[in-house]
Amino acid sequence: MPEPRTSSIELNGFSCRVWTAGSGPTIGFLAGFGGLPRWIPFLDALARERTVIVPSLPGFPGGERGHTVLDSHLDWVLAVRQLVHKAGLDGADLVGSSAGGSLAAEFAAIWPHQVKRLALIAPWGLFDEADPATDPWAQRAPDVPGLMCADPACWEALKAPPEGQNSPEWPIEQVRASEAAARIFWPLGNTKLEKRLPLITAPTLLIWGGEDRIVPRSYADKFAHGISGKPEIRVIPGAGHLAELDKPDEVAAAILEWLR
Amino acid sequence: MKLMWFHLMPYTELPDDFREQHPSVWVDIHSSLFDPLRAHHMYNDFMDELEFAAECGFDAVCVNEHHSNGYGLMPSPNLIASSLARRTTDTALCVLGNSLALYNPPTRVAEEFAMIDVISGGRLIAGFPVGSPMDTCYAYGQNPSMLRERYLEAHDLVVRAWTEPDTFAFNGRFNQQRYVNIWPRPIQKPRPPIWIPGGGSVETWRWCAQMDHVYCYLSYYGYKAGQATMDGFWEEMDRLGKDRNPYHAGFLQFVGVAETREKAFELYREPAEYFYGRCLHVDPRFAGPPGYTTEETQRRGIQSQVAQAAAASRYESKFQTLAREMDAIVDKGYVIIGSPDEVAAQLKEVAHNLNVGHLMLLLQFGNMNKDLAKYNTKLFAEQVMPQLGDVFSEWEDRWWPKPMDRADRAALPSFQPAAQPGTMAAE
Repeated sequence: MPEPRTSSIELNGFSCRVWTAGSGPTIGFLAGFGGLPRWIPFLDALARERTVIVPSLPGFPGGERGHTVLDSHLDWVLAVRQLVHKAGLDGADLVGSSAGGSLAAEFAAIWPHQVKRLALIAPWGLFDEADPATDPWAQRAPDVPGLMCADPACWEALKAPPEGQNSPEWPIEQVRASEAAARIFWPLGNTKLEKRLPLITAPTLLIWGGEDRIVPRSYADKFAHGISGKPEIRVIPGAGHLAELDKPDEVAAAILEWLR
Repeated sequence: MKLMWFHLMPYTELPDDFREQHPSVWVDIHSSLFDPLRAHHMYNDFMDELEFAAECGFDAVCVNEHHSNGYGLMPSPNLIASSLARRTTDTALCVLGNSLALYNPPTRVAEEFAMIDVISGGRLIAGFPVGSPMDTCYAYGQNPSMLRERYLEAHDLVVRAWTEPDTFAFNGRFNQQRYVNIWPRPIQKPRPPIWIPGGGSVETWRWCAQMDHVYCYLSYYGYKAGQATMDGFWEEMDRLGKDRNPYHAGFLQFVGVAETREKAFELYREPAEYFYGRCLHVDPRFAGPPGYTTEETQRRGIQSQVAQAAAASRYESKFQTLAREMDAIVDKGYVIIGSPDEVAAQLKEVAHNLNVGHLMLLLQFGNMNKDLAKYNTKLFAEQVMPQLGDVFSEWEDRWWPKPMDRADRAALPSFQPAAQPGTMAAE
């Protein structure tokens, strides 16, 4: 696959990286917990049929310290609105994973005419006391890869510094990604998204890793129950929370097939 | 120099197998380990000890704030300080302190501290820590990404609440109050001295310099580990053109005094090993919420090759590598032990090496009982304190409370305990 084209857009005085690859109808992707410090095979798989546009969320890799000026949930939702618009994703199909999935759902709820179809991979935003999601910020460092992915090596490959890279900025950027997610979702991951789910009218696909150790499978039903857009649930066997890292081809295929 | 008597109020009956059977002394320590009937005696012993320290002539008694913590039973140090205000007369009351971002609105802190200052006749030292990750982000659910900004804003609000004569509107980023006008107002003018317990971050040093607040390094790891931090602080003060007034700084040190060093080793071994073995058994899961450590501090840590990894905060790395046996505890300088002369000599050296005029002493630690705590306190007061009296006498302590004249203060009635238990119920 060819390298993605990199551009940037300005948001609240900070730069946000935008990757573009492939051709065909446009599809956007908002990344999950940890963000995208590097391009991933899942995006190649989407780009085989689509023009994939990947804007970085503020504070996540590629998004500088843009999270530091976002104090409320309204600030975040408006940042996503501007990001989608400036990245050229108005009215396009939109995919979001984990933390980014929650923001994609917010966007689809509040600006229903700006999303054609919506695919959410284990989105955050709800909390069920009877079946609590795992706290991603209260973990020993060696346990994190196995919580994020069914195969810990997938997370490690995402987060490993590039060959020959020993600048302190790389590890700092990875901590910042976790902080940016915390800024939105601390302490429970509950943004009261539940109240806004009925506003989502776009056709919606819910994808869940069969081995998600962060957000329980029961949350898929809660999302499906709340969303107005007749959601369909697809469970990807052998995938963990960030299913697109564990099973890039299967997740991309599920999305592309559903979009056809 | 000032010699200050500090209490953490540790729960003293954590089981012998605590480290093996329980994941953490902090955040999720199990309630079954807490016996309120035993804690009744612990609190009362601890308050006796603080009052005893005041009687012995320590310059201040110090209390601090922790939450969900088996070694710190003071979620509200203000409650203890208010009692001490009535049971002490000339000793400064150092509340070190209230974690400002945890209070909504933060004017609650301005009010409570003003109450303590007024009740005590102007003896309050107002401490404002950011608070540990375990206390703030986990036990109290504060967002680590906004904690410091909230803290700084709350500080500005509290200072204004103390000093502005008129009702004002506070239009902050995180706090908005239409009518800020606290009653009571503190006795000390323009306000009580503010002390900042902090880690080793350069931002905190600069901010203390800018605000002219006392910087306190409250480490449990003693003077040897503290040297680099205090050196960093003073180098930063040099860079900023500040003088090296030792009273601009405070430092915490565990101390055990006895007739001889051998006796001290024997007496303080158990409480020291209890503290470092059980009380500091903290699950590293709760050590490093993202955003708690600033990027500038992370960068310095990574570049200096001192920190193990970016994700390992100072808490995480320290809890994993600390000494837990008495030989190492003493060797590493966590606890200074010895005869009064030996301790005095060491503390003089520590004060000069660290250039610290406010020495906060933990003379009760771990599961030390009241008898031993009082013995340690008394021996220190009688035989160590006189040897340290004139250290730094050439410097002015601009950060010490300025109480009312004693003659103008309220007379405290002596307290007569009921003659027999149950008298109150019988009436």
